[in-house]
Amino acid sequence: MKILVPVKRVIDYNVKPRIKADGTGVDLANVKMSMNPFDEIAVEEAIRLKEKGVASEVVAVSVGPAKAQETLRTALAMGADRAILVQTDDAVEPLAVAKILKGIADEEQPGLVILGKQAIDDDCNQTGQMLAALMGRPQGTFASEVACEDEHLLVTREVDGGFESVRLALPAVVTTDLRLNEPRYASLPNIMKAKSKPLATKSPTDYGVDTAPRLKTVKVSEPPVRQAGIKVPDVDTLVAKLKELGVA
Amino acid sequence: MSKILVWVEHDNAAIKDATLAAVTAASQIGEVHLLVAGSGCAAAGHAASQIVGIAKVYVADDVAYANALAENVAPLIVGLMSHHDAFVAPATSNGKNIAPRVAALLDVMQISDILSVDGPKTFTRPTYAGNAIATVESSDAKLVITVRGTAFIKAAPEGGSAPIEAVVGSGDAGLSSFVAAEIALSERPELTSAKVIVAGGRALKDADTFQATIFPLADTLGAAVGASRAAVDAGYVPNDYQIGQTGKIVAPDVYIAIGISGAIQHLAGMKDSGTIIAIDKDEDAPIFQIADLGLVADLFDAVPRLTHTLQEKK
Ligand SMILES: Cc1cc2nc3c(=O)[nH]c(=O)nc-3n(C[C@H](O)[C@H](O)[C@H](O)COP(=O)(O)OP(=O)(O)OC[C@H]3O[C@@H](n4cnc5c(N)ncnc54)[C@H](O)[C@@H]3O)c2cc1C
Ligand SMILES: Nc1ncnc2c1ncn2[C@@H]1O[C@H](COP(=O)(O)O)[C@@H](O)[C@H]1O
Repeated sequence: MKILVPVKRVIDYNVKPRIKADGTGVDLANVKMSMNPFDEIAVEEAIRLKEKGVASEVVAVSVGPAKAQETLRTALAMGADRAILVQTDDAVEPLAVAKILKGIADEEQPGLVILGKQAIDDDCNQTGQMLAALMGRPQGTFASEVACEDEHLLVTREVDGGFESVRLALPAVVTTDLRLNEPRYASLPNIMKAKSKPLATKSPTDYGVDTAPRLKTVKVSEPPVRQAGIKVPDVDTLVAKLKELGVA
Repeated sequence: MSKILVWVEHDNAAIKDATLAAVTAASQIGEVHLLVAGSGCAAAGHAASQIVGIAKVYVADDVAYANALAENVAPLIVGLMSHHDAFVAPATSNGKNIAPRVAALLDVMQISDILSVDGPKTFTRPTYAGNAIATVESSDAKLVITVRGTAFIKAAPEGGSAPIEAVVGSGDAGLSSFVAAEIALSERPELTSAKVIVAGGRALKDADTFQATIFPLADTLGAAVGASRAAVDAGYVPNDYQIGQTGKIVAPDVYIAIGISGAIQHLAGMKDSGTIIAIDKDEDAPIFQIADLGLVADLFDAVPRLTHTLQEKK
């Protein structure tokens, strides 16, 4: 079984985003960028399935600028076999990303697609579910455990009240939650080896996808700022404040 | 007037709170219709019809809809969307699972987690862990939206009497089946609707220490218990306690953060709380930059004393 892993290049999770003065978006110039953390978890899961002999090949895909090659090289250094960059400088919305991924899935015929549950820049939490819909296949979202049982996939999902497990017919789409695994670091030899792994470059038009945005960003602004309040000297003062608030 | 279809989250009897916030958001866009899909969900359909401001309730009762499997529910919704202009779901784990599947089938770009309705097709939504609020305008013919529960007041659950109409969908898509759920039952209030939350972080050391330190304070205050990702990852408490960008979004009247440093991912889930109180031994912890009341102290000293003093004064 082949596994497709879409990975997105996003602002590093340790960086505090700054809004551009003209309110058109977040300033990404000279900002550290990394693989979306949930996608690292997706790559790790795919590699583990390969190590278990469940998967035969792991293909990483990214839709984004030329620089997204770095993200794909990271996936290759972790252990993916080859990569596809669908290159575009436009911001591509989840719906269009899902359509491109559908085009790639038609060509590659993966048994499983593992995505992150959410990109930490747009916070959309949509692409996996959309891809599953376009493929007409089942979806195991917010996965904390994935097990292959003959022609089926057993997925344990993190849901509001706890956990839920579902059985999906393969091919299927899975999106990762934080507790699925702890992604490995790529070793230096593997980083070197990744440089010679195949990386194909395509464009959205190769898959016949129009990436024109459906949503117009009217403006981007700061959330209301909360001012730091006061420090209380001791527990008794805190108790008095809690009483004032009417909670004690 | 445009017609809005709202997916109702329920347990076959009662309607979940997050749905009531979604109803309020939907009512700012157009005429609100509800979809109650489930198996043996007549009582939930009746409860839905009593929500104030609803024009119609559709009930789809079929074993295939029992566990809100997106593969089965999405086609049902898509069918009803032929005579609706927008689909709205609460941004709960079920809503987030179903809505994008509907959106793709309708060829619509979903607007996730809206904070406000600014026009017929214009909404605000959080991005970058809530550090950038985007105002977006849709150019799609129909809308698909999920609603952040803390951003809208809840519609009144009783007082309405909307007509109920039974609908039939295509049932089981044959792609997925529900196996089991492990839903923790707790006497404590639910995180997303609690008035007071006590949350613990990595500093709580282990599950036993978390239990012995955080829970007595929460019980004294009648509060729900939450946690940072670090505390959940370390196994102090189950995953559904996680508050933050990628966990639950909460906005209680009072939020007490204990041994939580205040990473942006955590703040994303709680910074709209009424009053934020932080207890941390590091006076430079970022949590103090947004806390209304801060106590710089060792939590293992301060929290038991706080609990004790509160109990004495009761
Ligand atoms: C993709 C992604 C998603 C994430 N999503 C979330 C999310 O949804 N929610 C979330 O919370 N995090 C999330 N995180 C993690 C986040 O970045 C932080 O790592 C996490 O919030 C830290 O948890 P903490 O504050 O408990 O731990 P720490 O940052 O380690 O803070 C512990 C605090 O305890 C204090 N302390 C230690 N001992 C004592 C003592 N004896 N008395 C008093 N204070 C003490 C320390 O001074 C410190 O301030 C996410 C990260 C990533 C990459
Ligand atoms: N441009 C992209 N390239 C590759 N994968 C993507 C892209 N955008 C989103 N994804 C995948 O979809 C997941 C969810 O993203 P989103 O729906 O934007 O929150 C991410 O974790 C990735 O796995």
